[in-house]
Amino acid sequence: MDIKVRVWRQAGPSAAGKMVTYDVKGISPDASFLEMIDVLNETLILNGDDPIAFDHDCREGICGMCSMVINGVAHGPEKATTTCQLHMRKFKDGDVIDVEPWRAAAFPVIKDLVVDRTPLDKIIQAGGYITAPTGTAPDAHATPVPKKDADAAFEAATCIGCGACVAACPNGSSMLFTAAKIAHLGLMPQGQPERDSRVIDMLQAQDDAGFGGCTNAGECTTVCPKGIPMSLIGRLNSDYRKAISKR
Amino acid sequence: MTASDFWAEGEPVVDKAAPDGPVETRWERRKFSAKLVNPANRRKLTVIVVGTGLAGGSAAATLAEAGYKVKSYCYQDSPRRAHSIAAQGGINAAKNYRNDGDSVYRLFYDTVKGGDFRARESNVYRLAQVSVNIIDQCVAQGVPFAREYGGLLDNRSFGGTQVSRTFYARGQTGQQLLLGAYQALERQIGLGNVEMNTRHEMLELIIVDGKARGIVVRDMITGEITTEFADAVVLASGGYGNVFFLSTNAKGCNVTATWRAHRKGALFANPCYTQIHPTCIPESGSHQSKLTLMSESLRNDGRVWVPKDAKDCQKPAGEIAEEDRDYYLERIYPSFGNLVPRDIASRAAKNVCDEGRGVGPGGLGVYLDFADAIKRLGRKAVEAKYGNLFEMYERITGEDPYETPMRIYPAVHYTMGGLWVDYDLQSTIPGLFVIGEANFSDHGANRLGASALMQGLADGYFVLPNTISNYLAAGPFPAVSAGDAPVVEARKQVEDRIAKFLSIDGDRTVDSFHRELGQIMWEYCGMERSEEGLTKAIGLIRALKEEFWTRVKVPGKGEELNQNLEKAGRVADFIELGELMCIDALHRRESCGGHFRAESQTPDGEALRHDDEFSYAAAWEYFGADGKPVLHKEDLNFEYVHPSTRSYK
Ligand SMILES: Cc1cc2nc3c(=O)[nH]c(=O)nc-3n(C[C@H](O)[C@H](O)[C@H](O)COP(=O)(O)OP(=O)(O)OC[C@H]3O[C@@H](n4cnc5c(N)ncnc54)[C@H](O)[C@@H]3O)c2cc1C
Ligand code: SF4
Ligand code: FES
Repeated sequence: MDIKVRVWRQAGPSAAGKMVTYDVKGISPDASFLEMIDVLNETLILNGDDPIAFDHDCREGICGMCSMVINGVAHGPEKATTTCQLHMRKFKDGDVIDVEPWRAAAFPVIKDLVVDRTPLDKIIQAGGYITAPTGTAPDAHATPVPKKDADAAFEAATCIGCGACVAACPNGSSMLFTAAKIAHLGLMPQGQPERDSRVIDMLQAQDDAGFGGCTNAGECTTVCPKGIPMSLIGRLNSDYRKAISKR
Repeated sequence: MTASDFWAEGEPVVDKAAPDGPVETRWERRKFSAKLVNPANRRKLTVIVVGTGLAGGSAAATLAEAGYKVKSYCYQDSPRRAHSIAAQGGINAAKNYRNDGDSVYRLFYDTVKGGDFRARESNVYRLAQVSVNIIDQCVAQGVPFAREYGGLLDNRSFGGTQVSRTFYARGQTGQQLLLGAYQALERQIGLGNVEMNTRHEMLELIIVDGKARGIVVRDMITGEITTEFADAVVLASGGYGNVFFLSTNAKGCNVTATWRAHRKGALFANPCYTQIHPTCIPESGSHQSKLTLMSESLRNDGRVWVPKDAKDCQKPAGEIAEEDRDYYLERIYPSFGNLVPRDIASRAAKNVCDEGRGVGPGGLGVYLDFADAIKRLGRKAVEAKYGNLFEMYERITGEDPYETPMRIYPAVHYTMGGLWVDYDLQSTIPGLFVIGEANFSDHGANRLGASALMQGLADGYFVLPNTISNYLAAGPFPAVSAGDAPVVEARKQVEDRIAKFLSIDGDRTVDSFHRELGQIMWEYCGMERSEEGLTKAIGLIRALKEEFWTRVKVPGKGEELNQNLEKAGRVADFIELGELMCIDALHRRESCGGHFRAESQTPDGEALRHDDEFSYAAAWEYFGADGKPVLHKEDLNFEYVHPSTRSYK
């Protein structure tokens, strides 16, 4: 198929950026979206142009590295699918496709489609863990965990930390990401001792890192490739109220 | 083939750290004999850890908890994205929660046997012992493993073992284990005990007075080159499967960290031992950038076939009559059928495709057909078991496996070889430790399913933190500074190489070289190898190397985010590694573990091992880009598990 892509090109963090149009000819519908960009980049290099910088690694939808806003939607048109898992057969011959980076106050652009997402790690540092130094653990069967809780914790823990929720949010809030971690750890018995301090500290870190506030717009869950539900934000809020009331 | 054509033979290499005596108490005794570092002194000792996967992430967190100062590096933008995140199936541990006869000894036995008697008994026994602590540790961190209704941990049997010892978190075990280690690491970063450097790539090792004392790194955002110092360096940089270009590894996986150390004197052991996984989604065209693994469990219910007649390959599967199909695994291996081990299934698939009977684009695929299973169990039951895998397949190929048979093809998945380490996980360079997939230590010539995650976490949480103290007890070592001659030299090596890449300005892209290297490796150093093929491959790789250094085109500058410059460095190292892999494969004139040597087979075409000649680990010493590598053999002795031959007919 023959398509055109309009790609955000920005040479560096402080450079001005703009959309640049490229023709991509004869691309197979079986190619992935990133493979289409690979093919384009090969041509750009041989023509002496600067190839498009973009983040990616596993190309299996699990590392959370890929991050493109495609036709205005974080990770593109296919539901519950990361950019790397999107294939060209979802587009039509002759399409013009816009490709932009994650845009959020907390995620400055580094180059082209590459942004800085380290603020998400800062939130985890503040409390997204269970304190269990190596070697101190009791036998794994010492505390049974109801299957229902373990399964729900797992669902929340499948968040890949991609930041699409932030990119989609009109406020640039990371609430869905934070809520997923709060739910994962708060559903496990091992996570109870730090439950109150965790939610308070992580929310503080989220503000400090420059993320916006949550107004329940719900855009986050629509683009989330792992289907993390809005209900977890409700859970976070209730945990927060309880924690604060104990202070 | 005489040694003198391609390699030379040196003195044997000996593991001096392993205690002898009863295997059950070796680890206990080594921990007792290892020197300890007084807690007050640990603060004065710095350890560099390259890599934040299961091995590096768990090691960095644990060393920091113990009080050492840690500097951690990864090439991704967050430590959570290390390739371990992609592991699906599970992690083994000898918990015997099922009361099905499992034990530390049985896991040890299975691993030595699975490795086709090419691993060290001491290491494997320790791995099996430590496996039980890993599960405890991960549960304490809140890893949401699959559970039964009673609230206890669920287990499954994996990769043909007779016991259920695999712990799992749906199809995302690696993700959940890595997030556990990552969270422990982030906690230490927050406490100021770990200095985390994301988007930093190690490009050289710094050796001062014979000891590993630091690394040269490039900041991948600004391009700045810096030298970093420590009392010891730990490499946890993962495997080198991407030497084949197409593999199930993440795109950034590379050999640079370990290869740079190899060039500085660390021995590289068994580089030709690679594992090829039979159930991957085949290539769809020349744009293909990586391959996706699908769980092996599919072979429990799917039937593998190709058309009997090559002329039928272009027809839709549904139009090929039952009597015109060749269920070749069931035909050749009547007792194991579709469940033969990974290497046998992979090789058989390549053979039928080489005969021209492959299906799908380029004839590089075989059918994995669920029609019978759907008839027998009903669509609902098949959906319950494999629904998510079918979905993944459809997402990638656009075909519905309930209607048309899946197409699968083998792909490179794991590398058993790596830097040689002793029982303490120390390489031949004092102060350089290597953990996880980056070392060669525990899997011999083939790895059992669900054992890589186990090894990564065993090394990082439990083994290295105990053995590194024996080395660090002699520290802190004299301060190193940027002006010291070996530091200046290492830095210059990095800068010169970058300048060289940027100056060639040729007419071929880095990726085009990588693809070509991959094709050579797959064809001649993949599942089946022969003297003729390997000799040819060495010639092809040498020519490719020459061409690379005269015709590669790397756009842009060094002082910016430059993804092609990053790739150029990795591919240059892969080319050198590829040559060594072929030499290693050439010298090993036996079929063993995951690889088949054409000249070494039984009359009915099965793998033939030669214990009399090849019961050793082959550790290679670097002798210059144009010099001959020198082979150092580490003899393997089997006191407990006696070598036997596999049979699946
Ligand atoms: C698709 C897939 C499925 C798998 N499933 C299973 C399974 O079910 N069970 C199982 O036991 N095993 C499985 N494996 C194997 C297992 O996942 C790996 O062997 C294991 O995770 C490797 O862990 P590691 O910590 O050694 O390395 P990795 O997780 O690969 O981490 C390497 C780290 O090193 C860093 N790094 C590399 N080079 C540099 C450099 N030059 N400078 C700075 N940093 C660098 C990277 O950034 C990364 O942080 C699977 C593998 C694949 C590919
Ligand atoms: S919540 Fe969803 S969109 Fe947000 S980081 Fe996690 S996986 Fe990505
Ligand atoms: S590249 Fe890993 S999730 Fe897309």
